[in-house]
Amino acid sequence: MSHETLSTILFVIFVAGTLAITFWASRNTKSASDFYAGGRSFSGLQNGLAIGGDYMSAASFLGIAGIIALSGYDGFLYSIGFLVAWLVALLLVAELMRNSGKYTMADVLAFRMSPRPVRTAAGVSTIVVSIFYLLAQMVGAGALVGLLLGVHSAAGKVWTIIAVGLLMIIYVVFGGMKGTTWVQIVKAVMLMVGAALITLLVLGKFGFNLSGLLGDAAAASGKGEAFLKPGLKYGTDAQGVWGKIDLISLGLALVLGTAGLPHVLIRFYTVPTARDARKSVMWGIGIIGVFYLLTLVLGFGAAAVVGSKTIAEADKAGNTAAPLLAQQVGQDLFGDVGGTVLLAVIAAVAFATILAVVAGLTLASSSSFAHDLYAHVFKRGGATERQEVVVARISAFVIGAVAIALSIFAQSLNVAFLVSLAFAVAASGNLPAILYSLFWKRFNTAGAVSAIYGGLVSAVVLVIFSPVVSGAPTAMFPDADFHLIPLSNPGIFSIPIGFLCGYLGTILSKEHNAEKYAEIEVRALTGLGAEKASSH
Amino acid sequence: MTVQHDPSVYERIQAGEQFQELRRRYRSWAFPMTVAFLAWYLLYVVLSGFARDFMGAKLFGNINVALVFGVLQFVSTFLIAWAYSRHAAAKLDPIADELRGEAERRDEVGEGAK
Repeated sequence: MSHETLSTILFVIFVAGTLAITFWASRNTKSASDFYAGGRSFSGLQNGLAIGGDYMSAASFLGIAGIIALSGYDGFLYSIGFLVAWLVALLLVAELMRNSGKYTMADVLAFRMSPRPVRTAAGVSTIVVSIFYLLAQMVGAGALVGLLLGVHSAAGKVWTIIAVGLLMIIYVVFGGMKGTTWVQIVKAVMLMVGAALITLLVLGKFGFNLSGLLGDAAAASGKGEAFLKPGLKYGTDAQGVWGKIDLISLGLALVLGTAGLPHVLIRFYTVPTARDARKSVMWGIGIIGVFYLLTLVLGFGAAAVVGSKTIAEADKAGNTAAPLLAQQVGQDLFGDVGGTVLLAVIAAVAFATILAVVAGLTLASSSSFAHDLYAHVFKRGGATERQEVVVARISAFVIGAVAIALSIFAQSLNVAFLVSLAFAVAASGNLPAILYSLFWKRFNTAGAVSAIYGGLVSAVVLVIFSPVVSGAPTAMFPDADFHLIPLSNPGIFSIPIGFLCGYLGTILSKEHNAEKYAEIEVRALTGLGAEKASSH
Repeated sequence: MTVQHDPSVYERIQAGEQFQELRRRYRSWAFPMTVAFLAWYLLYVVLSGFARDFMGAKLFGNINVALVFGVLQFVSTFLIAWAYSRHAAAKLDPIADELRGEAERRDEVGEGAK
């Protein structure tokens, strides 16, 4: 049996299993709290796994291992930013958010503000961030199927994108938060087991001598010792000082973006209390941290065992480094059958990874559309719970369909930068609004709206005029050149702009509600009046 | 349905000594620690950009400063998360529970939302 057939069989088993869970979840999803927040009945460990499943995208599994395999140490910079970011979520956001919000990020922002403008801004930002992220994942899925299943025809890629899109729509429309969370839990376990297995086999091959593995990786990369230190990909000496500033800009967006990502934030609502939210972030940090340490070994292992040249020939971005490594170590240890089996397992895990992440993003954006824009902006708070859930399901379908269409259109473009752009927008617009809401007494409607739009617009505009959109061979439009700024990552400018807009908007407006601030502060810190878990 | 609360209840709790103590304990731990771990992370990023020879210096075998520094970021993240959960359990949760329990016993704030 070929590895393509075996991967397909394993993947079909995963899909069948998760669909069964989804239909089970759909029978238990009745109220709005069930659909948006899984009835707030997940345990800290379950939600911690789901946090990992939501967060560890194919970009971080295949992408980071690939960057390390091709450019060495620089891939590790990504992992560290992605991990340290969770401390912002743990210390400043998770528990307070759980206590003061209900279903979406906007619940916290609109708590003491004029609800319509703030919910509109937060809804727009949620949908924009989620669609950026979604596009990068779905276009990536189309490319991966070619690499992993040997489907190279244009039609094959289009059908892959449609299939991924339809599955995510089914998970969200029928399973809501319950179904999506379970898909993410199953995926997190598969991903951790798969990554740990390959890591152990690779380390075993080198007699558990990490130094030896690194030495072989550096030698096989053809770049020598430079492979083991920063500088081959980000802020290379050829790019001069702007390249280094770009690296710092990326680092800022990674570390500050996580706690402003809507699909991450809504995970805190799925547990019964703030204390469970704390526990789930603790579990999440442990799982994500261990996972990134595994990808470090996978990346350098791929360079040492497979060789950077072979990896670059299979895919310019190195996305097949981890699967090729699995095949090679399997073959070395257990012969051809072993290679086929391990490659198939890793390929199936990669697809499961994509599905779990896109489902989380679709849920976040459709929840925000239904709860913020439909129920509070269009209906001015007059929608019933039942109407809200119906609208949420319809919007999951519509957003999924839009994402499929956009991904098919964008599949020949290089849209990998959309992931870091999503982080930059989250850090520049959402995070200032959230932190000011929770901690600044004077903060008001004008401040919240200015922070969100200021951060969102400045990040997007800076990227449009950057080398990732035009003016470089790797740009989204390589043949055009309208770039004005030498930075690929807008964070270093757009994050201060977002915070500044929030500050100026606040002090230039007289509005101020001390009573409501007392309520959100007491609620956030004590859990008094916080949403309870549903009891069924 | 959310029960409509009398907002002055929250203002009274907020003004109380116990709540002020809770807020002080939370902020005086979380804020400086956030500044510290962000500074520690930015130091790592800046050194990765501007001090590459230092980052490339070998410590033992092929293990260099960059790798150890990177792994230390993981270690510090795990330790800070653990320390925060200890701090919260020992210093924050008891006061929060007491304040919430008192208010709910007096039934000033309803059941919350179902």
